Amino acid sequence: MQLEKINTIEKQPGFTASLPKHDNTEEFYVNMGPQHPSTHGVLRLVIQLDGEYVREVVPHLGYIHRSIEKMGENKNYVQYIHLTDRMDYLCAHHNNHCVALAVEKACDIGVPERAEYIRVIVSELQRIQSHLLWWGVFGMDLGAITAFLYGFKERERITMLFDEICGARLTMNYFRPGGVFVDVPDFFEAKVQEILEFIKPSLDEYRTLLTGNSILQERTKGIGLLSKETAINYGCSGPVLRGSGVSYDLRKNAPYSLYPDLEFDVPIGTDGDCWDRYWIRMEEMAQSVKIIEQCLSRFPKEGPVKSKTKPSIKPPKGTHFAQVETARGIFGTWFVSDGTDKPYRIKSRSPNFSNLSVINEMVKGLKIADLVTVLSTLDLVIPDIDR
Amino acid sequence: MEIDINKYPTTNAIGDYVRQLMGVEHKLLATVIDYSMAALGLVIFVSITALFLVYAERKVCAHFQARLGPMRVGYHGILQALADGVKLFFKEGLRPKDSDAVVFYLAPMIPMMATFLILSILPFDHHLQVTDLDGGILFVIAISGFSTFGLLTAGWASNNKYSMIGSMRAAAQMISYEISVALSLLLVVLLSGETSLMKIVYSQQGTVADWWIFKAPVAGFLGAVVFTISSIAETNRGPFDMAEAESELTAGFHTEYSGITFSMFFLAEFMAMFIASALVATCFLGGFLAPQFGVDALDSLLILVPGFVWFLIKAYAVIFVFMWIRWTFPRLRVDQLMAFEWKFLLPVALLNLVFGAVLVAMGWIL
Repeated sequence: MQLEKINTIEKQPGFTASLPKHDNTEEFYVNMGPQHPSTHGVLRLVIQLDGEYVREVVPHLGYIHRSIEKMGENKNYVQYIHLTDRMDYLCAHHNNHCVALAVEKACDIGVPERAEYIRVIVSELQRIQSHLLWWGVFGMDLGAITAFLYGFKERERITMLFDEICGARLTMNYFRPGGVFVDVPDFFEAKVQEILEFIKPSLDEYRTLLTGNSILQERTKGIGLLSKETAINYGCSGPVLRGSGVSYDLRKNAPYSLYPDLEFDVPIGTDGDCWDRYWIRMEEMAQSVKIIEQCLSRFPKEGPVKSKTKPSIKPPKGTHFAQVETARGIFGTWFVSDGTDKPYRIKSRSPNFSNLSVINEMVKGLKIADLVTVLSTLDLVIPDIDR
Repeated sequence: MEIDINKYPTTNAIGDYVRQLMGVEHKLLATVIDYSMAALGLVIFVSITALFLVYAERKVCAHFQARLGPMRVGYHGILQALADGVKLFFKEGLRPKDSDAVVFYLAPMIPMMATFLILSILPFDHHLQVTDLDGGILFVIAISGFSTFGLLTAGWASNNKYSMIGSMRAAAQMISYEISVALSLLLVVLLSGETSLMKIVYSQQGTVADWWIFKAPVAGFLGAVVFTISSIAETNRGPFDMAEAESELTAGFHTEYSGITFSMFFLAEFMAMFIASALVATCFLGGFLAPQFGVDALDSLLILVPGFVWFLIKAYAVIFVFMWIRWTFPRLRVDQLMAFEWKFLLPVALLNLVFGAVLVAMGWIL
């Protein structure tokens, strides 16, 4: 219905102004998505264009809504974890971690040391994996298709490892309340070490392939500026928030799991442009490597990986909340328990929703090509927005 | 080794052969045979070159991207391009609802036509040229701007906003970069004093040092570089593929084209790339002349290789550079593209032309 209407010049829903008519030029609306190479999924943006210039952008959501939160009300807590890795499929482990943390906090379940180490190593590998995919896709959005395949080449090793520890390459499901559901294979440490040895030179290779490229720098520096205040007001998180110069990383500011004991830096941007967001993600990969190295050096050789929990977990009545820092920002799970083994109500706080909301503030007056760059540096995963 | 131009009259080799075979004396009939044979030859050449270029592009890009590329169809996938071509031929041609049918189907033919027109004056070998125009360079400059019409009308007729934006970009881009192309070709005209492509090739006789890229100090090299860069922009290839800009405009001007109409755009794009590199080879790298290094033992061997082989080797070497650039760099933004032409490439080309004029006036050519 709306798709047909778009051809007329009447005001589209969500836009602040209708199309102005100039004497010799005409502004027009364009649908970017739901099928478009650079919206990465089924995001639909309606853009008001003046030639090459973007006047206003209105995102339309709901194309991949699966009512995961509602489905969760009919499942018990362990079963609900399986649904969360379908939200942000590139941060499946982080999402699982968040639900596990919430249940652990609610029921006061402890986590064995070995399980904590496994969780942190896997989480950080997931962060690297997610950033590698983002890096490749970012290159492709800018027209450097070669970067896409290089990113995937490195990512494949981590994916293979995930396949070996939990049986899935995507939508991994490994964390449980009280630990992880099965111990890692014997070769886990050696494999992780091997991946690190492989990733470190790759990060240098990326610097020569894309980061140092003057076309890339021309296209990202000063583009898509996001001020500190706007970022905070819209509830942005993750690299998008840190790119604007706000030092807020849950791993430092509200530490969970092993993060208080680990040494790492949180890279902060200065201008809030695409270049800052790019650079922060590149730097975060190096920091994740550092974290994994520390974990490996202290990794307990023996021990349980899951504490004993009751067969059916029944959190006490009331509301419970936990949040983790995923590769995209703050993921939170809030649930209301009525004392049974199924939650009464679940609500997820997804980083992508807030990060997408801010797009209109960033792209006004830029070109279509810049809109693609900005969209790419927000690093959106659409199923996480619609849930 | 000096070559006497008169010894090698530039006529149509294929036509000559047919005439010898059939013994045709009648002038009109001879002309008809000449040019129909030439046209047939060009069609065959274009088909083979396009197939090879598609395969080469896929293999080269695959190896740049640390993968193998087509491997299934034939040995190392050599028949992949043929299979794709057959698939494209049998695909349904779709036309959007409110598009302009005549213009929509006419548009892909224009770039194809431009391709054939330029191919007809390229000197492949001493005898291998359809026709040698006295103003060959001017013809090249005139016709290469012609394919812009195809892109422009394609975007206009498609009734699609993405196509429209793409074709507008294409028009702006090709008209701008045309200037640098013309200026660098003018440099060669200035240096050689010839406008016929065949005579430009003959003006580079001698050793490798006599090729215009080396013969005119700095100016020749700079001219070749400027010509290569602006040719990439003019053939709409990455990092200047504004008109397609896959990640922004889905597929730019040919978003709505499918099947045979799409393959014509595709073919024209690849042939435009071949022509651009063939012109680099002709104007700066000695065309079909065998490279001579002043070492008799080596030179006498190199000259045994037929001229058109040298021509193709040189052209494909330049094509490799085109592909290398395409699969390495990110795309420029449309305003950066224009700024690059008007603020950098054009002044460089102009200064280079002045420098070349000084070289010629002072007789400083090596």
